[in-house]
Amino acid sequence: MNDRDSILGRVRAALAPLKVRAPLPDWEREIVIMREARGNVDAWTLFATRMKAVNGTPLDTAPALVALLEKENAFVGYCDPALWPKLKPSFPATFTVETTFDRTRVDHYAFGITRAAAGIAETGTLVLKDASTSSRLAALAPWIHVAVLARDTLFHDLPEAVDALGEDANVIWCTGPSKTADVEGILIEGVHGPGLQVALLLD
Amino acid sequence: MARQLIDQFAAQLPEDRRASVYGGSKVGHEKRTKVLFDHFPDADRLRELAGEIKQHVVENLDTYLPKIEASLIAAGVKVHWAATAEAANKAVLDIMRARGATRMVKSKTMVSEETHLADYLQQNGIDCLETDLGEFIVQIDGDHPSHIVKPIIHKNRREIAQSFERHGLGAYDDDPQTITRRARRFLRKKYLEADVALTGGNFLVAESGRLVLVTNEGNSRFCLAATKTHIAMVGIEKILPRDRDLALLLNLLARSATAQQLTVYTEFIKGPRSSTQPDGPEEMHVILVDNGRTDVLESDCREILRCIRCGACLNVCPIYRQASGHAYRSVYPGPVGAVLSPLLAGKKFPELADLPKASSLCGACNEVCPVNIPIPDLLLRLRNKGKEEGAKIASAGTPPMGGWAVLATQPMLWKTAMMGGKILDVLPEKFVPVPAFRAWTDQRTLPGWRGGVFRKWMRTRETKPRQPTVGP
Repeated sequence: MNDRDSILGRVRAALAPLKVRAPLPDWEREIVIMREARGNVDAWTLFATRMKAVNGTPLDTAPALVALLEKENAFVGYCDPALWPKLKPSFPATFTVETTFDRTRVDHYAFGITRAAAGIAETGTLVLKDASTSSRLAALAPWIHVAVLARDTLFHDLPEAVDALGEDANVIWCTGPSKTADVEGILIEGVHGPGLQVALLLD
Repeated sequence: MARQLIDQFAAQLPEDRRASVYGGSKVGHEKRTKVLFDHFPDADRLRELAGEIKQHVVENLDTYLPKIEASLIAAGVKVHWAATAEAANKAVLDIMRARGATRMVKSKTMVSEETHLADYLQQNGIDCLETDLGEFIVQIDGDHPSHIVKPIIHKNRREIAQSFERHGLGAYDDDPQTITRRARRFLRKKYLEADVALTGGNFLVAESGRLVLVTNEGNSRFCLAATKTHIAMVGIEKILPRDRDLALLLNLLARSATAQQLTVYTEFIKGPRSSTQPDGPEEMHVILVDNGRTDVLESDCREILRCIRCGACLNVCPIYRQASGHAYRSVYPGPVGAVLSPLLAGKKFPELADLPKASSLCGACNEVCPVNIPIPDLLLRLRNKGKEEGAKIASAGTPPMGGWAVLATQPMLWKTAMMGGKILDVLPEKFVPVPAFRAWTDQRTLPGWRGGVFRKWMRTRETKPRQPTVGP
């Protein structure tokens, strides 16, 4: 007997004595909405507040992004080729920006700019999808990741975002920068992923 | 009367190790409570619901398993079944050999700890590297994780800096930031050189065939951005019925595990990478692992299969805090481990039959459990099983109760004993002429004697029944 049949056989035998099986409860999405998300603020304001609460960096203009990159001394980076024409006018000549990501030089890029498919306001979460991310590595390996976000893609809460997972092969929710507390419970940011997670609002 | 093994272990635990475990678990618990109850008006209702959903899955696995298989196949995933640890390991090796692959990067998975996958692959010539910082440190130290979520809760930064120095990762420096940066630099090369990524799975959604992974460090993301083949090893009980149930379970998982609203990265994976995506696996495999779970399903403790491995019950448990995870001699420590480990052990149950005794039955584990598992009840059922099967270590540390039974079934004798008990307040315990009593008090401090107080109080009570305070 193969493993599939033996496992299914054992499962059926184990459950056979149960006269009644536990039913699947239905539940109202209202119960998982966070208290903070119940106020009457617009989606971007709520998103920005919640993103800051997890040490993320929400920005709402391209010049603000350039200022941040200069402050971080990040002059070499990658940008999604579809986004670059829109951003290029804001970037001075001191920057070197490539539109193909070379995996043999992952540490060459100080920042990566890719598109976010959406955001979740109540948690300050960015939603990345395979279909709209020009390179998984470019959104992950550089110290700074900039996710470009459109206002009308913001979800209010988790249940809304779950409903919109869709058919994409790889959806990633990013809530703040990569972090660990493995060493003595001390919080360190930037373990394998970005140490600085930026959301750039670009309508 | 022999002491319980877990007591012996705790007694020999170095003080700095106990301090690490105690501090780490206590902080984790306190933050969790605050976050969960600050964020939601009715946090307990969420736990109950999540428990009901998972119980439904457990009791309907016969329909959910074929369902998840079909959804995964529809998403382009190759599905494998493994009845035992050996079968699971062999499935991984076979996939790697078929691809001509020799290098694996591994994200944290508890089920691969169960099967000792890393050792098995190394013995078969595969280079297998843990990428979660804690698991990486455990691996280079030849150690074992001592917590489900915080694998190196038992280690301090000095030990870690020493092992980094030993393994050529840099001169001694115990700054946690330096340690983390060094691991970052070392591991990113390894991801890019690897052929295969191995992950576990926090949830598998039956209706959509989605595999859900949560991590904070981004190591599983890197594994799945850099390699061409993805293998996920997942226990057969990890299924959720619908996508919408994720909104409930994800809200509970991170808060219970690390007091975060969400883990930093929540990945929803539905097959190999999209055709337009340059990075990531071209091939995805899911191995559905039994390895003792059907035994648990057959037992009267099947509620433990609801577990989502958050570690909240470890953090709150007074025994875990004193004894540390290694005291449980198995992959799963703490209250969940005291139930799960002996059951997963199958025929070797008698070797772990003492674990259900490692509890004061205070009930804290049940109160914090995000899927509301009645752990204390399950511990009692397993104590009974240990007793019925005559497992010797199950009775270690238990005084013979014959004398007590005589006393407690004869009212006059009991009354006299209650009054005479006062003598215990003045008589040092070591002079009590009952060896079993002395052995028991050897590890415990008795409170002052209050025998007879209840009876006195009872006599002053009125005998008429209380009026009901709430009308219909």
